[in-house]
Amino acid sequence: MEETIKEIVDENQEYVINMGPQHPSTHGVLRLVVSLKGETVKNVEPHIGYVHRGIEKMCESITYPQIIHLTDRMDYLSAHINNEAVCLNVEKALEVDIPDRIKVIRTIMSELTRIQSHQLFWATFGMDLGGLTCFFYGLRDREKVLDIFEETCGSRMIVSYNCPGGLMYDIHPNFQKRVKDFINYFRKILPEYDQLLTGNVIFQERTRGIGRLSLEDAISYGVTGPAARASGFSCDVRKHEPYSAYDRVKFNEVLFNEGDTFHRYLARIEEMRESMNIIDQLIDNIPEGPFAVKMKPVIKLPEGEYYQRVETARGELGVYIISDGNKNPYRIKFRSPCFSNLSVLNLISKDFKIADLVAIGGSLDLVIPEIDR
Amino acid sequence: MDKVHLGDIIKSLDSDIEIKEGKQFTEINIPASNLYTLAKQLRENHETSFDFLICITGVDYGQDLGVVYHLRSIRHNHTIVLKTRISDRENPQLDSVADIWRTAEFHEREIFDLLGIKFTNHPDLRRFFLKRSYGFPLRKDFVDDINIVTK
Repeated sequence: MEETIKEIVDENQEYVINMGPQHPSTHGVLRLVVSLKGETVKNVEPHIGYVHRGIEKMCESITYPQIIHLTDRMDYLSAHINNEAVCLNVEKALEVDIPDRIKVIRTIMSELTRIQSHQLFWATFGMDLGGLTCFFYGLRDREKVLDIFEETCGSRMIVSYNCPGGLMYDIHPNFQKRVKDFINYFRKILPEYDQLLTGNVIFQERTRGIGRLSLEDAISYGVTGPAARASGFSCDVRKHEPYSAYDRVKFNEVLFNEGDTFHRYLARIEEMRESMNIIDQLIDNIPEGPFAVKMKPVIKLPEGEYYQRVETARGELGVYIISDGNKNPYRIKFRSPCFSNLSVLNLISKDFKIADLVAIGGSLDLVIPEIDR
Repeated sequence: MDKVHLGDIIKSLDSDIEIKEGKQFTEINIPASNLYTLAKQLRENHETSFDFLICITGVDYGQDLGVVYHLRSIRHNHTIVLKTRISDRENPQLDSVADIWRTAEFHEREIFDLLGIKFTNHPDLRRFFLKRSYGFPLRKDFVDDINIVTK
């Protein structure tokens, strides 16, 4: 009897457990096959494809204005920024001049999207690590942004507010007032986030020094967004290749050198502050003008190849269109940030405990429909 | 560094390449057999130093299958597009660049899954999204009567 027990709890034996696809901390249908030695993670193998809808294949048979509605469904937390990527690419290909009003509104909406995405990150990251209060506080504040979206765009999360050549509709008359109210409110609330979670001793013990990602690995694995900027990799597309109205606002790129879970978290908190600064600079001077440029009823891109990158809440989204002159693309590729960020999970969670795997996975802020597409 | 100078440097690395000035980026066409050696040189040469692989795209051109690499240099802040074509549709093979840029491991698995291009020397080449018996949906001649509705 004693011998059998010894065999089961043999410390040198590696065993495999299955995490997901319905595990609450994977935020979607991601399945991780984890090899463990005791409680130490030896290997993590992601299995994806549970929400693979073949968006790239579908796009080959629909028109460009229709594609925009599919991009919402990739990263549903930064839906507006995904729309913008396709629109900017189409407008670049057709060489359309976009009036300032559209650029400014797009930028404000993008930053609101970024704030609400990071709020949800904060809420769920706190919940993953056992702080359930964060979940309620985070979602409470996120509702205020979603209400602004609802009023102006007609829907809350998957907004589809952009169209090639501008915006679907003009902003609601209340828009500026409500955004200013929200910014005033959230400026006061954000220090509470720090008091509740950032300064918490248990939280710091569980995140500091965990899952360290070096700068070389971040570049080699193609990690972008706040996860890479926490490792000191300056990759903010808004700075390096400004699109829309980012060239006329002043903001800092949030950079840290530590690259651990705590700093990936901190990078997002700081980014919310920067986003509020950007909105502050733009909200009072939205120029007058049309909210959309008149486009041809059937949009056909000239033959050629077009690449546009934007900064979503998770990193660099690239849209690569190969056109053969028809009304639908010959091939469209979405370079999704989460797909590359996921590939680094095995590297940085090696030799940490399985409870840390939850923290590391949470700090990468993966959205699974964007990985599967 | 201006585009012309960059083109000259890349031209000196491999004589079989064909350089085209695209609207956005410099495009380089290379035969599939030379891809790996050029990729390694582009990464290691100090004047090019393309250390960031943005994405790899698999394309079905009808006759050929193509693979497109978007590369960026963090130090010099320039971008190029590397293109190669494989004419064998039955058993398409290409050298993997996963040991040069680690991000290529996932991207190549995705292309293998959706276009059926086999990457030699890839550490772990398995299907990613779809089941084993499924065809290669991003090929233009892919037919699925049940799941794809054609107009």
